[in-house]
Amino acid sequence: MNMSTNTDFTLAIEDLTVSFDGFKAVDSLSFYLDKNELHVVIGPNGAGKTTVLDLICGKTKSTSGSIKFLNKELTNLSEHEIVRAGVGRKFQTPSIYENLSVMENLEISYPRGRGVFGSLMFKHDDEVHSKIMEVASQIMLVDFLDTEAGLLSHGQKQWLEIGMLLIQDPQLLMLDEPVAGMSVKEREQTAELLNKISQGRSVLVIEHDMEFVARIAHKVTVLHQGKILAAGEMEEVQKDPKVIEVYLGH
Amino acid sequence: MSFVYEKLFGDKKGMVGFCILAALILVVFPLFLDSFRLNLVGKYLTYAFAAVSLVLLWGYGGTLSLGQGIFFGIGGYAMAMFLKLEASSPENTAIQSTPGIPDFMDWNQLTELPMFWMPFNSFTFTIIAVLVVPTIFAYIIGAAMFKRRVGGVYFAIITQVISVILTVLIVGQQGLTGGINGITDLRTLNGWDITSDSAKNLFYFINCFLLLGVIIASRFILTSKFGRLLLAMRDKEDRVRFSGYDVANFKIFIFCFAAMISAIGGAMFTLQVGFMSPSFVGIVPSIEMVIFAAIGGRMSLIGAVYGTLLINFGKTAFSESFPELWLFLMGGLFIAVVMFFPNGLAGLWEDYGHHITKRFAFLKRFFAKGKIESTSVDGKLEGAN
Repeated sequence: MNMSTNTDFTLAIEDLTVSFDGFKAVDSLSFYLDKNELHVVIGPNGAGKTTVLDLICGKTKSTSGSIKFLNKELTNLSEHEIVRAGVGRKFQTPSIYENLSVMENLEISYPRGRGVFGSLMFKHDDEVHSKIMEVASQIMLVDFLDTEAGLLSHGQKQWLEIGMLLIQDPQLLMLDEPVAGMSVKEREQTAELLNKISQGRSVLVIEHDMEFVARIAHKVTVLHQGKILAAGEMEEVQKDPKVIEVYLGH
Repeated sequence: MSFVYEKLFGDKKGMVGFCILAALILVVFPLFLDSFRLNLVGKYLTYAFAAVSLVLLWGYGGTLSLGQGIFFGIGGYAMAMFLKLEASSPENTAIQSTPGIPDFMDWNQLTELPMFWMPFNSFTFTIIAVLVVPTIFAYIIGAAMFKRRVGGVYFAIITQVISVILTVLIVGQQGLTGGINGITDLRTLNGWDITSDSAKNLFYFINCFLLLGVIIASRFILTSKFGRLLLAMRDKEDRVRFSGYDVANFKIFIFCFAAMISAIGGAMFTLQVGFMSPSFVGIVPSIEMVIFAAIGGRMSLIGAVYGTLLINFGKTAFSESFPELWLFLMGGLFIAVVMFFPNGLAGLWEDYGHHITKRFAFLKRFFAKGKIESTSVDGKLEGAN
């Protein structure tokens, strides 16, 4: 199964297929992601975008094909091992711990004391604190550290979840619709945030809002029925007649 | 110092609650209850171990076990086996056809002690067995289920089924376990008469200290990052998993810890009450333990103890006068609590406790009439609530 060779890419997906009862949600997909690249995947509903993220982060097991992250095969690792390898994933609806404070949300996500006994002995020391402050200022939530996360606005919840990933310093950050439900101003701030955090790592984003995509994307891939329809710069892709027909046209 | 303090008692409120409970069971009950009633409270407190274990497992961990009786039973049986062997010395059992083995084995035509009973001649082994056997058993169940991501209702049902299986096994293997009657007629512990009032009183205090120790240990777990992870897993298991944690290991650990606590309660039950039987292993006791925790407040370690005491006082009082009605009353109470006070007694205290503390503030002000601090005392109390 691991016949693919080593590459310089952060993420190299080759010939990836997953079928659910014969329906191929992702169909021999190949896809590469460079370091420092912010790549956006677009496509109509049911194109398999979220499934691709599920496959990378181990939530769904592939039927065949390979996913290599920094030349490490991910398809046979469990979810927490994939996270520990350096892959962070944000879910479509903000997935945060509503009953805990913003501070505690970030603290839990801090990549230390991840074992049972490690977590019992975990100490909130200066190192942890300064990292939390650093991330909190990045995601614009410094003033909300003691706020119960459930009380944050929808946009702030999205940022908090991004912060919970940032604190782990992942080499690959995957965001599923990060600006869904955000106000215009929050979208602008999020675009800035994404541009900042894509320095030194790879970011893979699923998004519907074309204006937002145009603002952030280095490269765009259009998925349709589990296959790549087009890929490249946003402007090229937008002009592609196939893309216009299935997705942008209506 | 303040770090340790916070770790073990939670906040100031937790410390006060802990001290009140300690004073109640260590001072008030022994002063005002006669030996018989005190022994009864001692019995209730052994159930409180299981209720506390359910606060950890169910309240915080979100995993409902309907089989804590399994572990309560294993702990109780381990202790009972040791005491039974001591009570079955060849001199005591000279009239049996095989002297030196427990009486129920003799009645079931066993002629020698079964292998797995042998180590229970040692008190040290027994203590270790009380702690380790249930933990290992919980580990096996927990690993089998949580690694496969079985949880919720399925977990509850499976634990319940295991408790039934264990009961059936104990009842069926009469010659090995004493069957439906359990293990009775326990007399001495290393030669010391455990049926006397003074022994029962001593057990009561040992019981109290162990329970308070268990509460402190549990609080340590809950105030650590582990405790916050439990809450996080209960609400957003996937997020925890995708933050790099192996969720199953945390559930297995808390299930094992809960099993060990329950087993300590079981062993203390045997000592306090003087026997062990399958009626403390099966469905009914297991569900009763859940009710204790629910009524006390499934998010409150101390509340669970009060819940256990309250229900058992009620059970004793009511079943003396209306034996048929008690089960209906308890069922009704459980439904009422789940529907109207999901956080149980502890939740009621959180919501309405300040009305009572205000009364005390008023008294304080009354006695401190003319003093300037009076207003600040009141202000502080209101602020705290």
